[in-house]
This record gives sequence, C-alpha cells and structure tokens, in this order.
Amino acid sequence: MHEDGLRDMSIEVIKPGLLSTLQDAGRRGYAALGVGRAGAMDESSWRLANALVGNRNGEAALEITLAGPTLRFRQDAVIAVTGGIIDARADDQQLLPWTSCLLPAGTLLRFGGMQHGCRSYLAVRGGFDAAPVLGSRSTDLHACIGPMDGRSIQAGDVLTVGEHATAPWFHSRKHVQALRWSLDPQPWLDYAQAPLALMRGDHYAALDDASQRALFAQRFSISKDSNRTGSRMDGTPLQLREPLELISEATLPGTLQLPPSGQPILLQVEAPVTGGYPRVGQLAAVDLPRMAQRRPGDAVYFRETSMDEAFQRLRECEESLRCLLQHIEQRLESS
Amino acid sequence: MQLEPLAEDAWLLRFGDTIDVEVNARVHEAAARLQSSLAGVECVPAYASLLLRFNPMDWLDDEGRVSFLRLRDAINAALQQTSASKTASRELIIPVCYGGEAGEDLHDVAAHTRLSLEEVIARHTRPTYRVAMLGFAPGFPYLLGLDPALAMPRRSHPRMSVPSGSVAIGGQQTGIYPQALPGGWQLIGRTPLQLFDPTADAPSLLQPGDRVRFQVIDEHEYRRLT
Repeated sequence: MHEDGLRDMSIEVIKPGLLSTLQDAGRRGYAALGVGRAGAMDESSWRLANALVGNRNGEAALEITLAGPTLRFRQDAVIAVTGGIIDARADDQQLLPWTSCLLPAGTLLRFGGMQHGCRSYLAVRGGFDAAPVLGSRSTDLHACIGPMDGRSIQAGDVLTVGEHATAPWFHSRKHVQALRWSLDPQPWLDYAQAPLALMRGDHYAALDDASQRALFAQRFSISKDSNRTGSRMDGTPLQLREPLELISEATLPGTLQLPPSGQPILLQVEAPVTGGYPRVGQLAAVDLPRMAQRRPGDAVYFRETSMDEAFQRLRECEESLRCLLQHIEQRLESS
Repeated sequence: MQLEPLAEDAWLLRFGDTIDVEVNARVHEAAARLQSSLAGVECVPAYASLLLRFNPMDWLDDEGRVSFLRLRDAINAALQQTSASKTASRELIIPVCYGGEAGEDLHDVAAHTRLSLEEVIARHTRPTYRVAMLGFAPGFPYLLGLDPALAMPRRSHPRMSVPSGSVAIGGQQTGIYPQALPGGWQLIGRTPLQLFDPTADAPSLLQPGDRVRFQVIDEHEYRRLT
C-alpha cells in the first residue's frame, strides 16, 4: 500500500462480502459481438442511490449481494445505500438506509446481513472510478470484462472515487451523520412479493396443456444455483408436447428459457446473448428489478400480461422514477 | 420472413429455422440494410434470425402504445430498398497450429471420423467459412461451412477451462474460443491471434458475416506469433 502517495479519494476493501461488484447502467450496443449488458440488476435502486448522493451521470455503484463488505474510507465521503435493506454500521453508528450519509475520513463501514431483498446499492458521491470498458463501468463476471478485470471485489482492493465537489447539504465533516429524511423503499422493494408479469414467449404454445396452465398458476421457488447470469426456478417441471430442435438465436434479460430438465431459467443481465432453449416467456421489463430482489428460496408466481400492458407499466414506472429523481435533487439543494 | 415481438424493446425477424448458408446470408444482408437505414435500432444477427432492439419511445402511435405497424412498415421499406450499399464481407486468415498440445482432441476426431490426422487438417483448412454469429462469450464465432465428414458430438465431460485461442468442433459447427472458458467442443488446434480485446477500438477480430479461412502453422511459427 502506498498510503501517503494516495491523494485521491479511495476506499480500502477490508472484507469483500458474499459478492460485491461495481455496476452502472450496463453495456449497450455490443450484443452482435457476443457482449451482454451486465449492469445493475435492480436498475431503479441503483439510480436512486446515485440520486441520493447527487450523482447525475450514471456513475458506478457497488452492488452488494445478501451479505455486505467491510470498507475503510480514507477520505470524507457522502454515501447512500438503497435496494435490499441491509445492516450497515459506520464505526459504531447504525446507518439509515435509503438516505444520504456523510462519513468522515477513517470511517470503517461494516455491512452485515440483508433483512429484505437480495441486492443493495452503495453509491458514493463522485461515483466509483474505473476505466470504462466498451462504454461501461459494469462488471461482467461471466464474460470477465469491466472493473477489476471482471471480478468481484476482494480484500485488499482499493476502490477509487471520481472527483466531486463537496456535498453542500452536510455542513460539518467531523462526525458520521445522515439527512433527516429518507426515501420510502416500499414501492421499489415489493415486500409483498406480488406475482411478476410475464408475456407468453415464442414457444409457449409448444408446452403441453398442463404446463401452459402451470406456468401462470404454480409456485416456483428460486434455486440456490441462481446468479447474475440467470435465476433457476424450482417447481413441478414444465413439459413440451414434443421435443423441439431449435437453433441458437438472440436472448434478452428477462427471457424465460426451458432447458430439458423442465426447470425454467429466467435469464439475467449477464446471460449469453444467444441461446438454443425454448423461450416460454418474457418478463415485463418493469418487473426485472423486483425479480432481482428475490433471493434463493423465495417464491415466484407469474401472472400473464400483454405487450401493451407491460409497456404502459414501464412508462408509468419511468415517469414516477423521474419525478422522484427530480424531487430528490430539489430536496438536496434545499437541505 | 416472420416478425415476432420478443419484449417491449425487441423484435425478432426470422428468416428460417435451419442452420443454412443461404438463410444466414440473408440475415447478414438484412442486418446491413437495417443498420444503415434505421437510426437507433441495434441489430443482433444469429443463424437464421435477426434481433432488433429499439427505443420504444421512438415508435409510439397516437394512443401512446408501441406501434408495431409503424416499425414493421419501416423494416419492410428498409429491406426493399434496392439502393442499399452492399458492403462486401471481409475475408480473414486465421493461422492455426493443429494437434499436439494445441489440439488435444485431434486424435479423437480422426478416430471418430475414420480419417487420418492429415486428412482432418486438410478438410478443416479447405473451406471458406462464414461467421454466422458471435455468442456464448464475447467474440466467440460460430462458423458455418464445416465439412460434414468432420462433424463430431461434443465431449461427454466438458472441460472446466478450454485455453484461449482453441479451434474446436462441436457437432456440425466449428468455432474459436476467444478466452479461457469452460467448454465441451473437441479441440483440434490453437491460433495465436487474439480474438477479443475489450480495450481495443474494434474489440472483436471477427464481425458477423465475415469470411474466414484457416491456415496451418507449425509450433515454431505459433510461438513466434504469440
């Protein structure tokens, strides 16, 4: 370590947590070269975390999975934690989730377990700095590209933070503090785990009658073999009327594939961009962040939706998110 | 040609349902036309289909719904344009060191196909292949044009890590591993070329639609080029 040489803002990783990766909006436009999107799995929470620290340019944040890291801040920092509700202590002080906090230089930020959800987002004012790869600071663990050469953070890593002005809403920098207001995670975290909206896929009609009904009626549970590539669904296996011989074609995040085992896989942000399994469904894009917050063992029910309904909900969600982002910006200015 | 809605921002154009040189050529021709005439639409070619990703907000009807009619008409108009500039596909030579450590399964392929090692190599280097699509991993080319006599099933126990640059046969396809990856294809050789470099301006050596030929090099030449 070259402590005295580091004038820039940096954060030392003491413990990495279960799986913590730097993520932004993801890599777009390279699917034809076999490069997937990656990026934050719960994009809404990632955007809100950035907004709470005053970042406006899609800065990279740390996506924390189920159990969080321990980080030493070498400089003052303004942070926010959104997404799954996770235990976070700055030195000995419990930190409020979904709000803006100030950590003075030297603070040890210790994350514990997650009480709700599966993925939390730690944003820091100025954004985590890393050289963009193919236009993005997202970690693609599957393709091994992005920050840290495409791996999750490890003990001993030093994360740097981009340049930023100080946050005007914190007047003193002497002690750990938080704003007096926080966001309501309720609409974003889906505590009730409502059914997720699924459109029929190209090969839905190839399912036998019982499986067509079961897809929209049975309880699936998320397998422990799930990751940023895909969520495997345990349940009564779905059957095709007869085997399909398919050739590989494009797939998307949210595609529900059916491998021969009959246990569907919901493709996630790091899935290969082509695949050869039948596509029995496509998750409404607006429900991708909700899916990202389900953890292994959680139940999933699908309800049928149409393309029109899926798009209307996406638009409405985007509109309310924009309103909220604007509201946060104004509120920070007047804090 | 069929149009299938996949997601709020994606449609699939299907040209067939087989792995076929002619069908794939139509995919690449359509991709070139659509990419040049539909601004903001991303084309992802596969064997017999083309994924189009678009911003749904660019394609709304009067009631604020995504107008698939408008999109379909724009696609058809673009495909019917006769003036679309036809860019000749590139041809690239890939040097390959066959057999030995570089191609551990060459003997198995020879045994399975009842050909001599030399004949397997000769038949693999003879055709001009077409990059049907890139997938599985960044820069992994699925090549069309394998001599049917060289077809061989995938290994029953896939390798945990296939070395970067490995040239391999899987079923009736041949391809090149752009990085160390788990894989079940039969390894017959290795190229010293780097197929994918995410930091380069053109990250992938091969583009969909490119033509590819393999050229035999020996171990000495392989080491020199590495």
